[in-house]
Amino acid sequence: MTSSPLATYQPDQRALALIGGEATDANLRRYLHGIPGIDAVGLEARAADLGTRSIKTSSKRWAIDTIIGLIDLTTLEGADTPGKVRSLVAKALVPDPGDPGCPRVAAVCVYGDMVGTAVVALGAAHANGGTEGVNVAAVATAFPSGRASISVKLADVRASVAAGADEIDMVIDRGAFLAGRFGQVYDEIVAVKDACRRADGSMAHLKVILETGELNTYDNVRRASWLAILAGGDFIKTSTGKVTPAATLPVTLSMLEVVRDWHRLTGVRIGVKPAGGIRTSKDAIKYLVTVAETVGEEWLVPHLFRFGASSLLNDVLLQRQKMATGHYSGPDYVTID
Amino acid sequence: MNRLAIPKTYKLYIGGKFPRSESGRVYEVLSHKGEFLANAAKGSRKDARDAVVAARSALGGWAGATAYNRGQVLYRIAELLEGRRSQFIDEIMSCEGVNAAAASAQVDEAIDRWVWYAGWADKYVQVAGNANPVSGPFFNLSVPEPTGIVAIIAPQSAESLLGLVSAIAPALVAGNTVVVVANESAPLPAISLGEVLATSDVPGGVVNIVTGSPAEIAPWLASHADVNALDLVGAGDLDWVELQISAADTLKRVLPPETGADAAAPALSRILAFTELKTVWHTKAIL
Repeated sequence: MTSSPLATYQPDQRALALIGGEATDANLRRYLHGIPGIDAVGLEARAADLGTRSIKTSSKRWAIDTIIGLIDLTTLEGADTPGKVRSLVAKALVPDPGDPGCPRVAAVCVYGDMVGTAVVALGAAHANGGTEGVNVAAVATAFPSGRASISVKLADVRASVAAGADEIDMVIDRGAFLAGRFGQVYDEIVAVKDACRRADGSMAHLKVILETGELNTYDNVRRASWLAILAGGDFIKTSTGKVTPAATLPVTLSMLEVVRDWHRLTGVRIGVKPAGGIRTSKDAIKYLVTVAETVGEEWLVPHLFRFGASSLLNDVLLQRQKMATGHYSGPDYVTID
Repeated sequence: MNRLAIPKTYKLYIGGKFPRSESGRVYEVLSHKGEFLANAAKGSRKDARDAVVAARSALGGWAGATAYNRGQVLYRIAELLEGRRSQFIDEIMSCEGVNAAAASAQVDEAIDRWVWYAGWADKYVQVAGNANPVSGPFFNLSVPEPTGIVAIIAPQSAESLLGLVSAIAPALVAGNTVVVVANESAPLPAISLGEVLATSDVPGGVVNIVTGSPAEIAPWLASHADVNALDLVGAGDLDWVELQISAADTLKRVLPPETGADAAAPALSRILAFTELKTVWHTKAIL
């Protein structure tokens, strides 16, 4: 254990059994460095191959509606206003005003201080822990850099949960991870998970952002994925969207492989959320194919797979309008955001 | 020793690049006598869609350039055409079966037409715009502005280079961006014109040239919601009434087909056809 406030939280016993002792830097390093390395060339070739599938007509129609239902519609700007969040929520509820049959997105993703605004704007459509309706996801723990003291990070999480967030998107401390202080990263995730507990004892879903663009190697991505899952993350998410490169298909594929292995090992299903840089329906369909081929189609549901995106929705809606009307649509026919 | 001839691959011109057709198709371009000349890319509806995306992203820069700058850029095209006239003469002779004198005359005419339209770039606003008299202490000014993306079916018969230039130059003058379906039977000068545009100062995406069947591509452009205007000047042999009807769904401006020797003759009206009149009121300072 690294710092004193973290010592009070109880990590998952099964994870400790896997690690083979306490979640110390040494034990975690032994475990994570014992995971087989990634064949980077093979991984990229596999991802490129999965991206060549041709999805047409009725399959494409299904894929487009599925993509909409898996989107975390996101606004994470310093310039976000309550008005911008309200219009984001309006779009999340009715993505295409011209077609009432258009599905809703899975969640809206905002900064912690905007959670209250989003909850009020959603009103009765707020999922509030249920399966119907739209979730509110909040980024927390000093997003996007994660450079703050643990007490600030935990206060950030608690405030978002108290304001009504259904999901918390936390960032890991990449500096600690790259320096080899795995125990600190682990303990922080455990502590944040504990902070996701609501007053009534239920838990907000915890998404752990690895920020793969800063981890440099696929091996590090795999280790960070294992670390996040061992520490109790419900979802592993590629990126904040503030760093280039953000989500890429090979990185997402490698994370899906970890999720598949974890499911084989424990029977527990962990979610995956690629975020940042997915702008076209064509790209998004490649991700659907990769999910279906790696972990199976049962993962293509909102509590196991999400897209973190803002401009993706507009492109998907243009494709949807094209399929409905038979002619190409244009940006004048979707909202500007 | 016999030298192996290196035939040229004629591709599309979209967004300042020369891609093959997304469909992978090509069609044979035959000379006037029916001999094989080249394989040209047979553009598909998705190539047209990509061209519209490129035209949309280029619109802000081109429409926002100063009128003087647009005039200079268009004049530069004429300069570069002059330097490559022998290539155009060869292609026109092989495609259309005309003699060298006629081909040369056509290239001359095409160059002159670029110059003529380039000159209008910083003048047409003075002719078409106006300070309107109003009964109040206001300036009331009307100025023409570009319509947006203009989809053009280039003239399909006779003079392939001149017809293409006559169709795209007036749309460019006002600051529109263009997606043009080239002459199907004589597409070689069109793609070579694309090479001229790519090496001139015209930003990528301002002119996009798709070769292939107008009958196949035109309906997709006519119904495309992100196209703002449709010039059917070379669509006389198509079902162009149907094209007009589908263009009406998204309130496009439409020019009808023209045939005969003076088709697409140079005229201020061709420039103004793809402009929108903006009228602004502004208070007069009272001293």
